[in-house]
Amino acid sequence: MAKLELRNLNKTYTPRVVPLKELSLNVENGEFLTLLGPSGCGKSTTLRLIAGLEQPTRGEVRIGDRNVTHQPPGQRNIAMVFQSYALYPHMTVYENIASGLKLRRMASAEIQQRIGEVSQFLGLGELMQRKPGQLSGGQRQRVALARALVRRPDVFLLDEPLSNLDALLREQVRAELKQIFAAQPTPVVYVTHDQTEAMTLSTRVAVLNDGFLQQLDSPKRIYVRPANRFVASFIGSPQMNLLHLKCEGGFAQLGRCKLPLPSQVTVPPEVIFGIRPEHVRLVRPEDQQVLQGRVVLVENLGMSDLLTVQVEGTQGTLLRALLPPDQSWSGKQISLALPPEALHWFDVQTGDRLPDALP
Amino acid sequence: MNTTLRDQERRTGWWLLTPALLLLLLVYAYPIARSFGLSLVTQNLGTELQPVFAGLDNYSRMALDGRFWQTIGNTVFFTVVSVILELLLGLGIALVLNQAFPSRGAVRTIALLPWALPTALIATTWTWIFNDQFGVWNDILLRLGLIQTGVNWLGDPNWAMWTVIAADVWKTTPFIAILLLAGLQSIPPDLYEAHALDGATRWQSFYRITLPLLLPQILIAGLFRFAQAFGVFDLVQVMTGGGPGGATETVSLYIYATIMRYLDFGYGAALVVVTFVILSLAVALATWGLARLRAVRAIGEPR
Amino acid sequence: MTLVQKDAPLDVVPPRRWGLAVAVGLLLIFSLAPILWQVLTSLKTNADIAAVPNVYFPRQLTLEHYIELFRRRPFLRYMLNSAFVASVSTLLCLLIGTPAAYALARLRLPGERFILAGVLIVTLFPYILLFLGLLELVRTFGLANTYLALIVPYTAMNLPLTILVMRSFFQQLPRDLEDSAKIDGYNTGQMLWQILLPLTLPALVTTGILAFIAAWNEFIFALTFITRESMKTVPVAVAQLSGTAVFEIPYGALAAATVVGTLPLVILVLLFQRRIVQGLTAGAVKG
Ligand SMILES: Nc1ncnc2c1ncn2[C@@H]1O[C@H](COP(=O)(O)OP(=O)(O)O)[C@@H](O)[C@H]1O
Ligand SMILES: [Mg+2]
Repeated sequence: MAKLELRNLNKTYTPRVVPLKELSLNVENGEFLTLLGPSGCGKSTTLRLIAGLEQPTRGEVRIGDRNVTHQPPGQRNIAMVFQSYALYPHMTVYENIASGLKLRRMASAEIQQRIGEVSQFLGLGELMQRKPGQLSGGQRQRVALARALVRRPDVFLLDEPLSNLDALLREQVRAELKQIFAAQPTPVVYVTHDQTEAMTLSTRVAVLNDGFLQQLDSPKRIYVRPANRFVASFIGSPQMNLLHLKCEGGFAQLGRCKLPLPSQVTVPPEVIFGIRPEHVRLVRPEDQQVLQGRVVLVENLGMSDLLTVQVEGTQGTLLRALLPPDQSWSGKQISLALPPEALHWFDVQTGDRLPDALP
Repeated sequence: MNTTLRDQERRTGWWLLTPALLLLLLVYAYPIARSFGLSLVTQNLGTELQPVFAGLDNYSRMALDGRFWQTIGNTVFFTVVSVILELLLGLGIALVLNQAFPSRGAVRTIALLPWALPTALIATTWTWIFNDQFGVWNDILLRLGLIQTGVNWLGDPNWAMWTVIAADVWKTTPFIAILLLAGLQSIPPDLYEAHALDGATRWQSFYRITLPLLLPQILIAGLFRFAQAFGVFDLVQVMTGGGPGGATETVSLYIYATIMRYLDFGYGAALVVVTFVILSLAVALATWGLARLRAVRAIGEPR
Repeated sequence: MTLVQKDAPLDVVPPRRWGLAVAVGLLLIFSLAPILWQVLTSLKTNADIAAVPNVYFPRQLTLEHYIELFRRRPFLRYMLNSAFVASVSTLLCLLIGTPAAYALARLRLPGERFILAGVLIVTLFPYILLFLGLLELVRTFGLANTYLALIVPYTAMNLPLTILVMRSFFQQLPRDLEDSAKIDGYNTGQMLWQILLPLTLPALVTTGILAFIAAWNEFIFALTFITRESMKTVPVAVAQLSGTAVFEIPYGALAAATVVGTLPLVILVLLFQRRIVQGLTAGAVKG
């Protein structure tokens, strides 16, 4: 185990394909860092740069106090789990797990002992003499995991390891992964485009878009305080409402509702306003600001209804709200409240979050 | 970044590639290049097999060499006729093999057989079949009453070329059939179903779907066969040796005779060069056509 | 047509099936008849061979032509020559071509497109254009009447196909496997040998069969570079069987020689039809 450090990492394939721009981040011992972003944003590229499968155009990869940027993958002492699992089809499960250790000339007694431990831990005992072709998807996934764990590397890398599993199994393995990696101190870098995985597994999440690091924070803060408009829209399901509003005298105007801007800012003429559908609620007696609207669409999500509401006093502005499914909403006029602590404000030009008082 | 991993990877790559490249250069590039050089000298029995610089003499001699033009004509005739016949027949066979019928696998294996057999041996087989006295072909035609007396297929200048073409068609049609069959199998069946729902007949489907989608394979197979047929040697050499009276002499036979029988190396080299150039031009033209076709296809695709 | 099964209820078979049956029957006759006729000739007595009109159902079959082949002519020697030259050149070709194919499939070398285009174009040039230059080389290095004079050009002539077919197989292999091997610590050589080779074994067999067939069948180099009787390969020996005896062409022996000389290839085709087809299409379609 050792800390992983990326310094100003850049990768250019062709002048027009630049999947990574100036990425710097540290992953400390015991940390589980997730790279999260839409498909094509450069997550796998980052992982492959760490692994040494690609060379950065500029920048450094450091593991512990070693600069490994120019070391071949085999010498970096990292382990990687691939989306396709990449098990060697002609080797048995045992040989698959042992291959990395054998290449490092480990004594066979120790190899056996390590594999014994790992296979017991992952429940692979029965499967040792099978070939990957004779395993189910979940079993293959676990063999791939075992092959990484048995190495006891300095860093674990996982590239969308759950995306080839069906939905049910995925949830189960996700929980297992959490246990496995919580129980050990080696830093983990995990790549996914699935925010649930990122939220549930990570100690920290790095949101990437278009090769740029958007935000690096704990899952909770990424949800509560998205650093910019992209993170706000990417994290959370259903998506956050993001509306273009006009400002006047410390307030933004949404229909007949005056929303107080954060106090620190010099009031801009326009602003991007955001609120998550799950934070919109029905009005209560104590609310001062009330938003009137008409329900134009109801989507039943089971535990709640997702309403699309046309805000009164606007030219067709739509707001989505997640409300309890305890009555029929369709076509009704309703009054909603937007709790001040749940509001997000972003700059119109840069998309950055406006500074606010909340910690 | 002086010696990066990428550089190492490249170096490994060149190591892996070099033996193959060297061998290809030795066996393909060197002989052709050497022929260019040799074609500028006279080296034959007249010069006691010593090379004497002759400039372009060999080429001007060629221009007036009736036998050369005759062989070019024979080669073009052989190539064009046999490739067209092979494409037509190959397409037919591919269509048949693409149908579902019992023991189709076995039939496909049998249909592949002629392709695998040595041309030189097959040539003797066909020589025997077309034998004027004892040949089975004459026998069948006589029995059917189609001819009254046996035809000297290989000895008659009017028939010899056609006989050789028949043998070539038999031997190489399977190759084309296989390529076209692979092409047929890659056409998604939905297309036919959709077309049939639109009310198209089988013939319309063949004309509107099969042929256009198969065109690239047809052209590739045709190009490949064209180049091979242009250099045909084994078959003609064994069946007729170029006879009767030069009626089946192709360029390659003439080249071979010039070098091996008349020991006229300089002139033989010039013949090699000219054949190479003609073939290169034809191939370049065909490749260009193929590329154009693909480009047109790519644009037409989204519709 | 013999193909239509007797027990099929003929009046129910729709016309299209009839057409198909006829077509398949014709195809079988087309492909098999010449070969079968040669087999029949090889088993006929000389009297039957020279009978006019032809004898289709000989009363008496004989092996005398086969016996003559091996007793009075060194046909076994020809077979061994062909087998040796074809096998060695096939192995060499795989040994040299496979690494090259891997480099072209994976290692992103500069100029790779040119090399590939060159390899493709080379497949289009007939050997008649090469034999003059090669003849000189053979003479210069004193290789006439040696196996090497055939092994080298045969290896080279099968290289383009090997490179194209193997490259397309390597490209189909999942990349992750190689990445995983690199992370595990395999170097390029170990990876080729321990991971990729076992996976490409089927492809190697396919390519090997194609190369073997081509080498076994080659004519012009064998005709030119080999003049000593004991070194000749099957195609040349058989072709010259008909050429040498001007007065009496030994049709029976010729037929027997054809049968024996093609037998190894017939067996290969029967065993590996599917692989051969795969290889041919992989080699050609990529163009
Ligand atoms: N070997 C390569 N050559 C050229 N472009 C590549 C290569 N690998 C990835 N890319 C491009 O880099 C971008 C980022 O890819 P990737 O890191 O795989 O995205 P993801 O976040 O989905 O894992 C994509 O636009 C992809 O097309
Ligand atoms: Mg990815």
